[in-house]
Amino acid sequence: MATQHSKTAARLMISPAVILLLLWMIVPLSMTLYFSFLRYNLLMPGMESFTGWDNYYYFLTDPAFSAALTNTILLVGGVLLITVVGGTLLALLLDQPMWGQGIVRILVIAPFFIMPTVSALVWKNMFMNPVNGMFAHIARALGMQPFDFLAHAPLASIIGIVAWQWLPFATLILLTALQSLDREQMEAAEMDGAGPLDRFLYITLPHLTRAITVVVLIQTIFLLGVFAEILVTTNGGPGTASTNITYLVYAQSLLNYDVGGGSAGGIIAVILANIVAIFLMRMIGKNLDA
Amino acid sequence: MGKITLRNVQKRFGEAVVIPSLDLDIEDGEFVVFVGPSGCGKSTLLRLIAGLEDVSDGQILIDGRNATEMPPAKRGLAMVFQSYALYPHMTVRKNIAFPLKMAKMEQSEIDRRVENAARILNLTSYIDRRPGQLSGGQRQRVAIGRAIVREPAAFLFDEPLSNLDAALRVNMRLEITELHQSLQTTMIYVTHDQVEAMTMADKIVVLNAGRIEQVGSPLTLYRNPANLFVAGFIGSPKMNLIEGPEAAKFGATTMGVRPEHIDISRESGLWQGEVGVSEHLGSDTFLHVHVAGMPTLTVRAGGEYGVHHGDKVWLTPQADKIHRFGPDGRAL
Repeated sequence: MATQHSKTAARLMISPAVILLLLWMIVPLSMTLYFSFLRYNLLMPGMESFTGWDNYYYFLTDPAFSAALTNTILLVGGVLLITVVGGTLLALLLDQPMWGQGIVRILVIAPFFIMPTVSALVWKNMFMNPVNGMFAHIARALGMQPFDFLAHAPLASIIGIVAWQWLPFATLILLTALQSLDREQMEAAEMDGAGPLDRFLYITLPHLTRAITVVVLIQTIFLLGVFAEILVTTNGGPGTASTNITYLVYAQSLLNYDVGGGSAGGIIAVILANIVAIFLMRMIGKNLDA
Repeated sequence: MGKITLRNVQKRFGEAVVIPSLDLDIEDGEFVVFVGPSGCGKSTLLRLIAGLEDVSDGQILIDGRNATEMPPAKRGLAMVFQSYALYPHMTVRKNIAFPLKMAKMEQSEIDRRVENAARILNLTSYIDRRPGQLSGGQRQRVAIGRAIVREPAAFLFDEPLSNLDAALRVNMRLEITELHQSLQTTMIYVTHDQVEAMTMADKIVVLNAGRIEQVGSPLTLYRNPANLFVAGFIGSPKMNLIEGPEAAKFGATTMGVRPEHIDISRESGLWQGEVGVSEHLGSDTFLHVHVAGMPTLTVRAGGEYGVHHGDKVWLTPQADKIHRFGPDGRAL
């Protein structure tokens, strides 16, 4: 890439891919933007008309919106908390030399390979079901009343399911980071009189900050769009107790046949995600350089 | 105080015996160098003393107290690692202060000691930088600073200069020696470089395959090597070792004579040979001379000694500087 000539050639070569990607993004986005300003209901085909900001107004003033926003934040925050803390602890555990380490590591990674719909259904029917679920059996064996997780603690249950899926990802990233920790640094800290807890706080944790940043960034992107787990377990209910923004957009456009309102919701979701992204980059992005 | 005594210390990794039973006394204030080829167990021995490895058998006494089972932090020793092992996310100041902070020392005392160490080691202008922004020599000094603030009973150095370039290494060698002069604390220093061993040590411990071959002052080892291994290891360039009938004339299985103890002449001498490669160092010239019936001999001549490839020369070993070794490799 040294000469002017090779630079031009490189730009020319890359351009088809860049243009394709741009179109791929820009066409659906502009169509969504266009629909969001239309009065567009699937029950009244051919009656589309321009309505200005109405769709946005109705979506934002919908009481379900503020509930969905809170739920989204709780869902993302809760899952991040569980996966980062749990992932660090699991990674520390898996980093210990032990017999059958390879097999155990593969087993730990396994949940990540299960598709969200399947894992949510398994959790719903085999674990959390108040009659047949494993937790109900355990509760009865202990002489307690079975707890109907998805009815009484829907959001917490979904956080649990999603966290279960993402824990292996966090563990994997943090484990590789742990393995790159210089052994002599640990020994130096040991010589310096740092106990196990101090060694974790002053040596291991600072070493893991970059990996934790990566986990938080990547997971946030995916967790803002959690949908399948909600659809197959609670359908966003009871009421709006487990509806997040993504699910609200789905409900608006496909359950209420209101494409215009759904599009407005989609645009709002994009804006919110960008705000989150900017804040995340500001807060922890500086860990990534140097 | 820093008197360290090893009694029958053994180290095994599974079946492999790395150090078969070893005894060693290190007096207070001594600068002891463990030297040997790579894989001879010198670093393992240092780690045993530090407490980073468990002793398989035997005892380690520090100032008369049995420290065999003590955790590293309780032994009162400080270690400087080959990779320096600085904490990359902490500034120089925090790195040096870390052991004191772990000891729950008062902040004012910590500051005083850190400033003091930084002054001794010329680190004051870098004190708020991170290790990543320092050069190799500066990192090395930070690692030493982290060791000295604890005022330990003894310092352990694990090949601390091997990551530095040659010029810096000579400098740091002097600095560490001076530090030892001013602190008068026991220092144990591991190296594979016999020049470091010779220049720094009060006492050299030559190790080979986990066994101590010889213990003594640099000049004792130079003058009276106890066996072939020490004879070949100490001294640069290596001692010439000659076997066969020529050695038998001197009543030995193997005779050894150092390059600097062979007189060279163009007229007469004991052995006649032909000059091969000559290495001109300025101050000295090392000639590699081929003599019939002997391995190539290295001979030291004056810096301006003018010889050419293929010249015939006569060599005579200085009679009182000949080392004689028996069939078991021990000195006679």
